[in-house]
This record gives sequence, structure tokens and C-alpha cells, in this order.
Amino acid sequence: MAAAYRWNFAPVFENADVLWAGAIGTLRLFAICVVLGFGFGLVVGLGRHAKSRWIYLPATAFVEFFRNTPVLVQILWFYYALPILLPFEISPLTAAALGISLNSAAFSAEIFRGGIESIDRSQAEAARALGMTAAQAMRRVVLPQALRRMVPALTNRGIEIFKMTTLASAVAYVELLQQGKLLASLNFNPIETYTVIAIVFFLCLLPMVQATYALERRLGRADA
Amino acid sequence: MHVWNFAPVWANADLLALGLLNTLKVTGAALAFGIPLGLVLALMRLSPSRLLAWPAVAVIEVFRTTPPLVQLFWFFFALPILLKVEMTPYVAAVLTFSIQSAAFFAEVFRGGIVSVERGQWEAARALGMAPRQVMRRVVLPQAVKRMIPAFLERAIELMKTTTLVAIISYADLLFQTNEVAQKTFRPLEVFTVTALIYFFVIFAASTVVRGVERRLAVSGEGMAR
Amino acid sequence: MTTTPLLRVRALHKTFGDHAVLRGIDLDVMPRDRIAILGASGSGKSTLLRCLNFMELPSAGTVELGGQAIGRAAPGKADPDRRTYDQAELTRVRQRVGMVFQQFNLFPHMTALGNVMEGLRTVRGQRESEARARAQVELARVGLADKADAYPARLSGGQKQRVAIARALAMDPEVLLFDEPTSALDPELVGEVLRVIRALAEEGRTMLLVTHEIGFAYHVANRVVFLADGVIHEQGTPDEVLKHPTQPRTRAFVERHREFDF
Repeated sequence: MAAAYRWNFAPVFENADVLWAGAIGTLRLFAICVVLGFGFGLVVGLGRHAKSRWIYLPATAFVEFFRNTPVLVQILWFYYALPILLPFEISPLTAAALGISLNSAAFSAEIFRGGIESIDRSQAEAARALGMTAAQAMRRVVLPQALRRMVPALTNRGIEIFKMTTLASAVAYVELLQQGKLLASLNFNPIETYTVIAIVFFLCLLPMVQATYALERRLGRADA
Repeated sequence: MHVWNFAPVWANADLLALGLLNTLKVTGAALAFGIPLGLVLALMRLSPSRLLAWPAVAVIEVFRTTPPLVQLFWFFFALPILLKVEMTPYVAAVLTFSIQSAAFFAEVFRGGIVSVERGQWEAARALGMAPRQVMRRVVLPQAVKRMIPAFLERAIELMKTTTLVAIISYADLLFQTNEVAQKTFRPLEVFTVTALIYFFVIFAASTVVRGVERRLAVSGEGMAR
Repeated sequence: MTTTPLLRVRALHKTFGDHAVLRGIDLDVMPRDRIAILGASGSGKSTLLRCLNFMELPSAGTVELGGQAIGRAAPGKADPDRRTYDQAELTRVRQRVGMVFQQFNLFPHMTALGNVMEGLRTVRGQRESEARARAQVELARVGLADKADAYPARLSGGQKQRVAIARALAMDPEVLLFDEPTSALDPELVGEVLRVIRALAEEGRTMLLVTHEIGFAYHVANRVVFLADGVIHEQGTPDEVLKHPTQPRTRAFVERHREFDF
């Protein structure tokens, strides 16, 4: 049956510039969300680790809310609902960036917190026994060890963020899938177009995925 | 200063309820197909025969390394032309998310089996058990208990991922939310209510999962984290 | 009249990658022998033990159980002494040779009684009631009759190891292999396990014991084997090897272990 369909990739490659514009959009959104997501995530993660209720509770509420609602709902809320409350428009990029970044911050906060707490108390104790302050113990002894352990989980999160950028097409942000939709409807060739899009994502993500496996193996061994 | 007015939302509660029902339908169907398919893929992956292992690896890697929305578009827009069949949003959704979740479940299955320590294999073999007996009596019982939390987490992830079906116009909760928002011109209230519905449903599910994890950890049979 | 050795090891070699751990071991184990295998870390003690029930496959050499060589000669061009091993045969060997592990390796999803019964039910195919009765006898023998329904998570290390011993005993092994049975235990719990092993020795069970407990080896073993660099450096009675060693390395080893005696 499939043999009856004649694949023709020419129109896709002829419009490579359209796809390229989408790729740039994807990368831009990805970079913004990784930086904001991990940055804010670290802050919230440390907040979850804090002893004071005034810091711990809001941080927990943030994490619980943004982990337990779907990203697409968050993006659409920022795009359709937030402008009602604000005196200005929210662009597709802003809505997508807000949704994906806050979502990623919530997930990465748990990774950071888990990493810090997984380092045995005895490490921090040994550091304090040497005369370090709590902040020094965190910076010199706990965080360096924690970061090594967190790298596989953080890389996984990065991969998820990359995949999530496609959701921005729901608010017509110019990223790769959005451009694919455009081309597919213009040239009536969804098969070739979406196949190419899928392959492009696969080729971009595969190195990251393989790197994560390799990291997990190496860190699994080095963790004595 | 915006004046919040939830009345139009309650007036259309039935539309939202229908959406929630459809969300659960798609999630349930994808789980029902995804879990057994995931087990099959996992066993194929663990098989010493390359004829079985390589296709399994291919499916798992492709479906884990491409965005779900791209998969959904391919199954909804491209596949029907290729196979010359009709495609509804529901069928495309169930097809996509069954295979996609199966790819992730396969890794959960495999991880569970592989995580049972060597010492257990050795002790069972030292008693004189044949490999199949070792699997059945010692390894799988321990593996399954460890996999339960990961399974439940994956199922919750699936519930969140199925919101994508709104984009291909399947009448799930998110799609209905959009419809109601356009109908009532109250996107703020409607989307907020929907976000809260998703939150409560998923939060409740997550709490159950955490309870299960705690109970498993106490009985000494959970996965060390 | 010479009795056949229960276990006979000839020219045993074991190499991991390019690291030769066992470089030619010859050993005869007679019925009622209690052999303590001593040596420094890395000398190959555990590897030797694990070759005896084929948890490790020998790279060269033979192991005979009850007069029969295990495995088949399959000489190749590169390796004329090659032997191949059939899983089914190894499974049968392990039904005759019992092993107790350093890390106990109890099945956490079964009770103590369940653990001891498991071999009888699954391997010997016994009925539940038969297996249960026998398992209760073995648990009583190691002093844990009252812990029959406890899960391993609720047992102390010493108790876990005793259950592991009962589990091995239930299979009526011809030879018992102990792989550093007390090395993973808190010092206070070591005694209860050693007492059980001594009782088994006094019953006349054939056993090989890899251990760091030199004093225990002296009192319980009838033969001591000292391994160094993958070969048997010295062997003899406990008095010969531990009180009057002839080789300097053996002497150094024993002295190191007595350094903090009081």
C-alpha cells in the first residue's frame, strides 16, 4: 500500500529557508527556556531546601503547581488569559517562554533539591568540623558533588525542553514545527514535510540523548 | 482593573465535563495499549537475538527522541495518506500515545529488571535454579514492585501529554476550554478554572503515587532513590 | 583404602580480561574436610571458591565433583585446554554444592521461612507442606525458629546470614562454600554466625571457608590453604600454617593479623 505513494522530498528542500527560519526560532526559544528554567529552578530548589517556612512554602507551592499542570495549558493561559490582567499584549514568544520556563523551573528545582539532599549529611558535617561556614560547606563541598550527580537529570530536562518548543506552534510562534505546518498546507505534502521535521528533531536530539546515557554510565561508576 | 466573573464558566460546566471525560478516555486507552506494548518492547530489547532487539531499540529511541507533537501530526496528517485510510483525531491520538508511552514504559520495565542486584541472581543460581525459574521466582517479583512508582509517574505524564490532542481538534478538556473561552469571551476565568481542574486531578494522582512509594520503601521493597 | 575426593581441582586458572587471578590451583577436598582459605585481598580466594560452583567459569583446568569432571573438553587451535560448560549441568552441580555469600543475598520478598523453602519447592519440586516442615527444622538448627515469618528487612545482619546458611543447608549439599560469611557483619554479630558454622563443622560437614577470621579458622578447620599471587603458597594443618609457617609470606600474613592482638 505504501509503495503506491510516491515520495517527493523536493518541495521540502526547495523551501529549506522557511524551515531554517523555524529552526532559528526553536533554538532561540530553547536557549531562553534553558537559561530561565535552570536559573530560576536553582533558586527555587535552594528555596525548597531552606529551613524557613516563609521560603519553603511558596517554593513548594510553585513546584507543585507547575509540575502538576500540563505545559500546553500553561502556555495557553499566558497567551489568552494573562493579557486580560495586564495592560499590554503578550507575544507568542513571551507566552511560550513563560510557560516552558516556569514548567522547567519547577522540574529542575526538584532535581537541584534532590541532588543537594543526596549528598550525605556527613559530607557537610565533615566540612563544618573543619571550620567552614554553612555557605562555604555548600559551595566547596556539597554543590560540586551534587552537580555531578544532577547532570544526567538536568540533561534529560534539557532534552524535554527542546521537545517542548514544538508546543509554541499552538500559539503560532515561528519555530520548526510551525514552519512545517505552513509548508505542509502550502504544498499539500504532509508526509514528506513532517517526516523531515521528525528526522531533524531526531538528529538534533540523538547526540544529547546518547550523551546522557554516557554520562549516566560514567557517573554511575565514579560515584563510590 | 479586571472584574473576575466565573458565572459563564459554570454555565458551560457541561462542556468542560465532557472535555475532562474525553481526556480520561484518551489517557486510559493509551495506557491500556501502551503498557502491554511496553512490556513486549522491553523483552524484545533484553532478548539476546538481534532480530528482536534492534527493531525494539529503533522504536524506543525514535519515539523518545522526537517531540510528541511531531509524532501526533505525523500520525494524524501523514499516515492516513500513506495508508489510504480515514483518520480521526481520537484514533490518531490513541495510536500516537500508545506507542509513545510504550517506548517510555519499555525503559521502565527494562530498568526494573536490570536493577535487581546481581547478588539475587547469584543466590538463586547457587541454589540450583534454572534461569527461567530465577526470573519468575526471584527477579521479576522484585522488579515489578520497584517499577510501580515509575509506572504511575509515567501514567501521570501521559495525562499531561494528551493535552496535545486539542491541537488536532479532539474535544478534550483543553479543546473544550478554548471553545468555551471563545463562546463566553472570558478566557481568563475559563483557562484559570481549567488549569485548576488539571492541577487537582493530577495533584491527587501524584499524591497517591507518593503514598505508594512511601509504603513500598517502608516494606523494604522499593527502589532506593 | 583411598576415598575419592569429593571435589578435585586440577590446574585451575582464571583470568579476567588480561588480569590472571588464579594461576594454577590443585586442590583435593575429602569428605568431612573443613578447609579454610586464607590470603590477602586480591589473592584470588573468592574467585577460587566461586569457580567451585561455577559462579565463575574456569579459564583453564578442571573441577571434578564426585569423581566426574564438570564441563566438556573442547580443544581449539588457540587454546588446547579449553572446556565448555553447559548451563543445565552447572545448574545440577549447584544443587549439590551450597554457597553462603558475604552479602547474604536473601530474597527480600519472601519471609525467612520462605527463603529456606524456596530451593526445596522450586528446585527439588517438593510439596509446600514437605518443604515447610524441612525448612522449619533448618531454621531451628540455626536458632531462628521464632523468626520464621519475619521478612529479611526486619532481621539483623547476623540473623540474615544464619537464614542464608539454613537456606543452603535445606538443599542437603555435599559441600558447603562460605564466601567471607562474616565480613559484612557488625563485630558483635560475627559470633552468632561463627557458632553456627562451628556446629556444622563438628557435625562433619564438608566445607570450604574463605575468611579473615584467622582465629576461627585455626579452631575449626582441619586444613588451611594460604593463597598468594593466584597459587597455593602453603597448605597444611592449622598448626603448621598458622603457628609454624615455613614460607616468609605466610609468616608476614599471620603476623599482620596478630599485630593488634591483646
